[in-house]
Amino acid sequence: MVTQVTSFGRSGLSDWLLQRFTAVILLAYFVFIVGFMICNPAMSFDTWKGLFDTTWMAAFTSLTLFAVVAHAWIGLWSVSTDYMTTRTMGDKATVIRMTFQATYSLILFYYLVWGFKILWS
Amino acid sequence: MAYRLRDKSGRGHNEKSKAVKDNRPVNLDIGTIKLPITAYASILHRISGIAIFVGMAVLLCLLDSSLESAESFNTVKTTLADNFLLKLIVWLVLCGFIYHTCAGVKHLIMDLGIGETLEGGKKGATIVFAVSPVLMLLAGIWIW
Repeated sequence: MVTQVTSFGRSGLSDWLLQRFTAVILLAYFVFIVGFMICNPAMSFDTWKGLFDTTWMAAFTSLTLFAVVAHAWIGLWSVSTDYMTTRTMGDKATVIRMTFQATYSLILFYYLVWGFKILWS
Repeated sequence: MAYRLRDKSGRGHNEKSKAVKDNRPVNLDIGTIKLPITAYASILHRISGIAIFVGMAVLLCLLDSSLESAESFNTVKTTLADNFLLKLIVWLVLCGFIYHTCAGVKHLIMDLGIGETLEGGKKGATIVFAVSPVLMLLAGIWIW
């Protein structure tokens, strides 16, 4: 119960589906950005800035930022609940795991705000 | 009262039922077991995921500077062209992306019902270990 309450969607099935759904978004963004850079080898500031100024790119990047938060949360949650257990760490496991989980969720929130700040300013 | 509560959850009958649920003996000492290729694929998927989580900070920094002004864009561009350390860091993050992506695509293909057998899993992991170094090499050529 203590492990489940910190999962992203509060349900294994929901996390499973979200992990796949966000993975496809992240894959599309990764392929797109690399493809754009390869297609524009002598990239100018105007081309680069122009891309991020379009509404669809702002939407795509925002979606990707949300996908990063969900995807990393679910992934790091899986790793922490697998290895930071009473069996591996003894009585302190819950405290260590909760601290780790609080830390990555704060960092992910920071990434989200940072990403939006870059995008909208 | 507090003592009794602790006594109840920590000792006696309740502990027994709890012990059956949570503290069953585990006869798996991973350190002494020869791991199959699928296990290495899985562990690397996790390690590369954590690496990307850390690398995100570098990528956001670069994105931030590249979009701030034409001057900072050019600074990023020339630093990426000249600075070995930054090239190495970006390449390592890209390697994390490449491996994580290959292993992730393998997962998605398996979710479609392809290669879900033991043999299929081994074959999938072998393909990931064959394809990702090639892409990493290409990424290295691209950066340098």
